[in-house]
Amino acid sequence: MNENLMINLSVIALFIPLIGFFFTVVLGKRIKSMYLFEILIISAVMIISALLAFFKLAYYTDAVFIAEFTWIKIQNLPVFGDFSFNLGVKLDNISVIMLFVVAAISTLVHYYSIAYMKGDKRYNRFFAYLGIFTFSMNGIVLTHNLLMMYIFWELVGLSSYLLIGFWYEKKSASDAAKKAFLVNRIGDMGMLAGILIVFFTFHTFTFDEIFGQVASGVLPFNSEFWLTMMGILLFCGAIGKSAQFPLHVWLPDAMEGPTPVSALIHAATMVAAGVYLTVRIFPIMTGDALLFVAVVGMLSAFIPATIALTQTDIKRVLAYSTVSQLGYMIMAIGVGSVVYGFFHLVTHAFFKAGLFLGSGSVIHGMHHEQEITQMGGLRKKMPVTYYTFLIFCLAISGVPFFSGFLSKDGILAATANFSIFTGHWLIPVAAFSVAILTAFYMFRLLILTFHGTPRNQHKYDHAHESPKFMIVPLVILALFSFFFIFSPNPISAENGWTLSSWLKVPNSVVPESARYSFLASAPADGSSGSLYTHEYVESSHHIHYYVLFGSLLLAGIGILFAYLFYQYRKLNADKLTGKITPLYTFSRNKWYFDELYQSTFVAGTMRLAGLLAWFDSTIVDGIVNLSASVTRIFSRISGAFDNYVVDGLVNLFATLSGMFGLILRRFQTGRVQVYLVFVLFSLIVLILTFA
Amino acid sequence: MQQLPYLSLITFLPVIGLILILFLPKKNDKQVKYIAIFFTGLQVVLAGILWNAYNYAAGGINDPKSFQFVEKFTWIQFWGGDWLGTVKIDYFLGIDGLSMPMVMLTALISFIAAISSWSINKSVKGYFALFLLLDTGMMGVFVALDFFLFYVFWELMLLPMYFLIGIWGGPRKEYAAIKFFIYTLLGSVFILLAIIGLYLSAKVPLGDGTQVFTFNMLELMNPKNYLQDGILSAVNPSNLRFLAFIALFVGFAIKIPMFPFHTWLPDAHVEAPTPISVILAGVLLKMGTYGILRINYPIFPDVTVSLVWWIALFGMINIIYGALCAMAQKDFKKLIAYSSVSHMGFVMLGMASLTTVGVAGAVLQMFNHGTITAMLFLIVGVLYDRTHTRGLDDFGGMANQMPVYTGFVTVAFFAAIGLPGLSGFISEAFVFLGGFSNGVTRVLTVISTLGILLGAGYMLWTLQRVFLGNLNEKWNALTDLDTREYVMFIPLTIIIILLGVYPSLMLDIMNSSVNSLVKFLTVAKTSYTSIGF
Repeated sequence: MNENLMINLSVIALFIPLIGFFFTVVLGKRIKSMYLFEILIISAVMIISALLAFFKLAYYTDAVFIAEFTWIKIQNLPVFGDFSFNLGVKLDNISVIMLFVVAAISTLVHYYSIAYMKGDKRYNRFFAYLGIFTFSMNGIVLTHNLLMMYIFWELVGLSSYLLIGFWYEKKSASDAAKKAFLVNRIGDMGMLAGILIVFFTFHTFTFDEIFGQVASGVLPFNSEFWLTMMGILLFCGAIGKSAQFPLHVWLPDAMEGPTPVSALIHAATMVAAGVYLTVRIFPIMTGDALLFVAVVGMLSAFIPATIALTQTDIKRVLAYSTVSQLGYMIMAIGVGSVVYGFFHLVTHAFFKAGLFLGSGSVIHGMHHEQEITQMGGLRKKMPVTYYTFLIFCLAISGVPFFSGFLSKDGILAATANFSIFTGHWLIPVAAFSVAILTAFYMFRLLILTFHGTPRNQHKYDHAHESPKFMIVPLVILALFSFFFIFSPNPISAENGWTLSSWLKVPNSVVPESARYSFLASAPADGSSGSLYTHEYVESSHHIHYYVLFGSLLLAGIGILFAYLFYQYRKLNADKLTGKITPLYTFSRNKWYFDELYQSTFVAGTMRLAGLLAWFDSTIVDGIVNLSASVTRIFSRISGAFDNYVVDGLVNLFATLSGMFGLILRRFQTGRVQVYLVFVLFSLIVLILTFA
Repeated sequence: MQQLPYLSLITFLPVIGLILILFLPKKNDKQVKYIAIFFTGLQVVLAGILWNAYNYAAGGINDPKSFQFVEKFTWIQFWGGDWLGTVKIDYFLGIDGLSMPMVMLTALISFIAAISSWSINKSVKGYFALFLLLDTGMMGVFVALDFFLFYVFWELMLLPMYFLIGIWGGPRKEYAAIKFFIYTLLGSVFILLAIIGLYLSAKVPLGDGTQVFTFNMLELMNPKNYLQDGILSAVNPSNLRFLAFIALFVGFAIKIPMFPFHTWLPDAHVEAPTPISVILAGVLLKMGTYGILRINYPIFPDVTVSLVWWIALFGMINIIYGALCAMAQKDFKKLIAYSSVSHMGFVMLGMASLTTVGVAGAVLQMFNHGTITAMLFLIVGVLYDRTHTRGLDDFGGMANQMPVYTGFVTVAFFAAIGLPGLSGFISEAFVFLGGFSNGVTRVLTVISTLGILLGAGYMLWTLQRVFLGNLNEKWNALTDLDTREYVMFIPLTIIIILLGVYPSLMLDIMNSSVNSLVKFLTVAKTSYTSIGF
């Protein structure tokens, strides 16, 4: 397999889902089994991406393949001369791994959906939408430039909108779809502003060219401040897409979509696109920008974790957990550990997809019951679902031998190391406490769903294990949640193949004065060196074992308390909540974010809109109508003037002359004698006058 | 071989149709409709021929040699007394990269609107006669290069529009028609004043060497032609030039329509029959921005350069104000009308950037808005034809009742929102890129990005209210699209997708002209003495 073939295969993997979408949408009504076409396509994408990943990682580990073509060519005066908008694909280790993860999970979800969506009246259309999602997601993964990233960024937003609102007859579903799209747009506005700065400063959108220019000292508006701002603005896109604080509110609502969608789009892949973007732009992120990223990640890890503690809808718990885990990834990048951030993205994708598909299996088995208060004891009815769910819970809680431990441990170590170098101690504190919370709420969920006695006997009696199409994907995902996929060493990924040879990101190119002190420049000879300074690496080895035991302990505590509360009932959760009612309600009501946004931004906009519409129809249009009325009044006045005064004068003259006529007529008698008298009379008067 | 007078043909073809229609006996409604569709269809074919023969490298703008398909001969010439000298008015047509997209748009939209007029049943003969006259007026505006001729076409389009709204409109048609008429006429008066002022300020040599006043737009773009003491002289500029610019600008701004001159638009749209709304939004609004680009910019480059911030400001106001007003509407058609106000704001913002990317974005947005809005009004029309209501809250769940229709609606709505892959995205993105590149308009551009959020807001809310949710039982007998409606929707959808995926189709046409314009203005910036506003 050579470079050209790989590029061609990646382009095929990008476009065939689009073809699938088109035909399935058009023919879906006529051909009952059209969904098989989509299944075929996704399987092909899966095979291609597996081949790509294998050959790229095995034979071209350090190579980067780029292919591009000119999409739009335009002369841009007066700023600069010819400008080309290039589209292209970039195959490096990050993109092929991501492509494989997306394709793998997408394929599993496709197969899962065959059973899960059975009987839906828009069965084919569901698969069509999955097709357009796969297309747009692959676009994000493969692109080598920001503009194309933005294009596909919006397109995944569309597929997300369509899929969240798939059951659009429900108001809650169409509301959630709208909310998701709009909240994402807020982030995208920031990203767009960042892209405008990029265009204006670097005259290119291509990542590598941007990096090259920053490295050679080209800065937006010639200031490091604007480089920081550019980074933050671009990152705003990630805040929206990855549902980070303060734009995290759309993701829990997005659970209105069918569960396979939640697994694929709103847990494993699309929401991770924000993390992916941040990984991509990492080299141009200044220290301040990264600190911003870290703080956003920290808040997004912590806040949803506290909310997940009290939720009772199985999918909502998982949704908040997703936001929290994405926060972890973002935080990891923020503290400079970009590799572990991406690594966690990969491990999380598998076990979180598994958790969602597992919850889907439960919901399916319980005939569309999502409240865990109605569940309990399902272990016996759904053994496969239970054991796979257990594996996923262990993975997400960070228990050794599972994938989540490897990545999470690395992140915790990075935050600790970060605080050593910069003194921001709050970040590791938050990171470690989230580890406890995560273990706790995941096992709470597990216990309440599968352990104990059924709380709703009727529903329990009708519950059943899911069909094979749903079970097999769970088992495969469970397999991917073990350590041996990623590293031979169950407690450290440091020397495993994933980290030591596969995950490579470019060094920071930011001027040294604006960068974290522990981030190293790329070696001058162009070889690939460490991302970090020597001291940082030393220190991370040094603290690693403390962190390792610490994180083990925390996961243990979390799980232990979950068992004490919900399994053994040694502690009473209700009593505890009774004691801390304000905190409980605060968490239960999701920190009132929705209410806050609703009453400020949404209501404010609506009120402003109403006000402006009133202003428009009353004032602006009022002036128009007023001037019309004034003109009409004037015309009436002038009409009256014309009628009475001007015409009156004319008539007056007419009347007067008429009257004269009447008078003078008297003299016109026609009798010669009378005329003679007048002549004589006049003569006498004349003579008397002049004489 | 003598080239055919393509531009005259494309402009006056509808008049031939009109004459045929007038000679048809009454009761031949069907034939009348076929004739109208045939002639507008022929226009589309001609536009295709023009496109095929169009030379992409020619710049146009102020260079008469690089205009294409030029037809020029003396139309009116008489002795105007000692003071005026010889009055000479040319029949002068030609197109460049600014007008070519507009010619294509006009042909396309007229054709679609003619098909959409099939359901007109009230005095069909009169309707289509006026319709074709309107078509000629619109086309003429985009191809005329003589100011007098331009004005004639400008007024020619006004009258049929007045009757089309006033006779075939809705319940408040008289009010809407007269409002449209008087508002536009007011604008025309301003334009006329400026034309007269310009006419009396510049002289060009006649064949025999005598100097005469001129209506030739291209001559008026050359500062050297102006008299030293002409009132609007570019050689010796005075404040009057500024006033003349404003007069012209307001005349055109009414047509865009620019805040605060926009209130005729919602009324006209709500009352006009669907095909007329389509033409109004699809073509007529573009005349305003076209006029500014064709006339204000190159004739008054000095004033233009000093006023771009204001143009951008009003563009921004249009974008945000229009979007917020749209959000508060309860009438489907009114909402689309306000969305036009918002989307035309992007055109103004792009023009104001004075960069090639921005201005190209503006011209592209003119074309894209023409197709997208046409589709949006057709969408409202489909629903109104079936239900005779336009209240946004009267519907719900249409997606289940009319799935194919909803598919087209989704494409059009997302194009209006600016979804990548559909045409609206490219033009908005270009406007933003251009606007940001110019320091003067940078901040306004950043504020304007709010428009993409608000736009998505009202569009998706509309989609939800009308098409999602459970079906309102009142409408369970509605039928999905019929063949005629397919014929209207499919070409527009194809264009919207095609220009989204491959925008170079349109951008390449306009690129060199936009470049000439921007170059001309950039040079003007340095060579004109500033008037000091």
